[in-house]
Amino acid sequence: MLDFESEKEMITEENNIDYKSGNIKTEEMVLNMGPQHPSTHGVLRLELELDGEIILNVIPHIGYLHRCFEKHCEAMTYPQVIPYTDRMDYLASMYNEFGYAVAVERLCSIEIPERVEYIRVIMGEFQRIASHLVALGTYGADIGAVTPFLFCFRDREKILSLFEMTCGARLLYNYIWIGGVSHDLHPDFIRLAKEFVTYFKPKIKELNDLLTNNKIFIQRTANVGVMPLETAINYGFTGPNLRASGLKWDLRRDDPYSIYNKFDFDIPIGDGRMGTVGDSWDRYYVRVLEMEQSLKILEQALNQIPEGDVTSAVPKRVKPPVGQIYSRVENPRGELGYFIMSNGTVNPYRIKVRGPSFVNLSALGELCRGHMIADVIAILGSIDIVLGDVDR
Amino acid sequence: MTIYNFLLKLTGSGILASFIQSLLPLFVFILPFALFAVLLERKVSAHMQDRLGPMRVGYHGILQTVADILKLIQKEDITPTDTDKPLFNIAPILVFAGSYAVFAAIPFSSAFIGTNISLGLFYIVAVSSLVVAGILMAGWASNNKYSLLGAMRSAAQIVSYEIPTIMVILTIVMVSGTLNLNTLSEMQTGHFWNWYILGGPGAGLSKFLLIPFMVIGFIIIYTSTLAEVNRTPFDIPEAESELVAGYHTEYSGMKFAMFFLAEYANMFAVSAIVVAIFFGGFQSPIGYLGNTLGIHWLIPIEQFFWFTMKGMFFVFVQMWLRWTLPRLRVDQLMAVCWKYMIPIAFVNLIIIGLITYI
Repeated sequence: MLDFESEKEMITEENNIDYKSGNIKTEEMVLNMGPQHPSTHGVLRLELELDGEIILNVIPHIGYLHRCFEKHCEAMTYPQVIPYTDRMDYLASMYNEFGYAVAVERLCSIEIPERVEYIRVIMGEFQRIASHLVALGTYGADIGAVTPFLFCFRDREKILSLFEMTCGARLLYNYIWIGGVSHDLHPDFIRLAKEFVTYFKPKIKELNDLLTNNKIFIQRTANVGVMPLETAINYGFTGPNLRASGLKWDLRRDDPYSIYNKFDFDIPIGDGRMGTVGDSWDRYYVRVLEMEQSLKILEQALNQIPEGDVTSAVPKRVKPPVGQIYSRVENPRGELGYFIMSNGTVNPYRIKVRGPSFVNLSALGELCRGHMIADVIAILGSIDIVLGDVDR
Repeated sequence: MTIYNFLLKLTGSGILASFIQSLLPLFVFILPFALFAVLLERKVSAHMQDRLGPMRVGYHGILQTVADILKLIQKEDITPTDTDKPLFNIAPILVFAGSYAVFAAIPFSSAFIGTNISLGLFYIVAVSSLVVAGILMAGWASNNKYSLLGAMRSAAQIVSYEIPTIMVILTIVMVSGTLNLNTLSEMQTGHFWNWYILGGPGAGLSKFLLIPFMVIGFIIIYTSTLAEVNRTPFDIPEAESELVAGYHTEYSGMKFAMFFLAEYANMFAVSAIVVAIFFGGFQSPIGYLGNTLGIHWLIPIEQFFWFTMKGMFFVFVQMWLRWTLPRLRVDQLMAVCWKYMIPIAFVNLIIIGLITYI
């Protein structure tokens, strides 16, 4: 009865709308974007509160791809965890393995041969280029330019072929092992990798001509989703997103691991060339510049790589001493940290991962507020999340 | 002998002859054109992107669209619950009718024109607006928020961009003094320097004064027609990455195919208008083979060929743009129209008016 009464009241209220003085009651529209949506980059659901096309609030709902990575690890031995790390950030699998291997090696204090370090850096930088190509290509597709997307994927295929040649897999490699790598490089690898480096340099210019400097693209991305440096630090931004806001912070240089201190490379930062420092265009362009730096590292590494045995340091049984470690590496998306706690057995007691995408996604609401629906897509694409890494 | 006279002789009834004649563009032109254009779009995009495109059905995939249409006909026609059923069913028909009706007044050649009405240009402008109503109906009746947003954007966009289009059409009407598309095409006879993009059939100083303003007018009308048919960079109503598929998100099967067909028919329709008013309509740029050989029935066929080729060229440019450019945002789209194109079109109108007065 009560419900009926209130409904009746509502109806009369609606009929008495005061049209003349402009006091028409309006409501915010709630739009569910995803989990099945072409540009949420996976199974992300965004709850948009809209006033017309203006965003009042964005609430990301995550967990659709949650696979209990951390809990699974507790039942595995240390080497068995590696295939699971592949599946977190599936566009940067090599780097996830790299980070995990570095963490366990630090925990067990394993010394690894120099050739292995070189192979890891080469694979890691190839993976960075491949991952950035996906980020840039899909970003173009989000803005409406489909052709750069296919150009980027064409070049990424070539990198994946190099990976396939090395370890037989194109996406989930299980290549970098604790203390070494699973196979030595193919005899042709160095030659083909050098060929790719020379092939790829002009392709960056092609991408810049087609998309980066396009007037419409700049209009869509410059001054959109501006992240001031202080807010970026407060939200825990890392990787290209933080650098786009203007801070030279790169773990490859600031907390060196592996042999990155042997190479000469720059850390590109956003300079607000097309708008404000830290806007979507800067986040995009920092990735383009990073690909150039990765090529620079690759050139040096491919020329300097020594001969040696790649599996000599792989331990038969990984049994770290009791203790814990937090080790971090510069994943293509930012700081990928592994916290590993060992109780002295062959199984890790606890593994916790600090995923860059998860942290970067948390700032979406702040970035989107006051923009339009189309900008949500532009901003989401520019912070470049991978849902596998968000949910784990 | 025009097609109308031929049909009149064949059927013996004026009404029947006009009826068949107005249906002719549909069967002779729009359906084959849509089949061809969809394939062309896929092939053009594929080759621009280092791909091959459809390759399996027929030689180099030439029968791919036929296969697609067969699939669409067989598909279940889903009407989601909570839709406004009458509106939901009428909307695709209205959209298709709107874009098809435009073809009735388009002169394919001096002998082949659906209806040779003296207010042809006015008719086209008026009738093509029917599409907006259909799109709004589709968006509203679907009871889907993406559809609604897409439809609202589309309505705002199409209505806004009609203004610069009409202003440019007005300049041509002022210069030529006719609204009849057939007469307009006849006036641009001779060689390509008689086309309105190059100042029209007149001679003397005013012709040369007109050229730059005609080029500006052409750029404006071509840009705004891109917006009217929702092509990139103005494909905001169906922006895939934002609104899934815009106003036709909820449509499937043959109803979806009607939106699809309407889109491609519209692409040619707007190109045909541009061709008819700026690029000599069905006139050949280099003279007729029929005249040289003395075979006069060859001339209308040649005219049909030239008109289709010119139209197809602009359709190709539309595809080219679509696969090159990103998409504007909805407020930027409005800014382009109201802040730049309408003022420029207006000044252009005044200047051309002054030149013709001289």
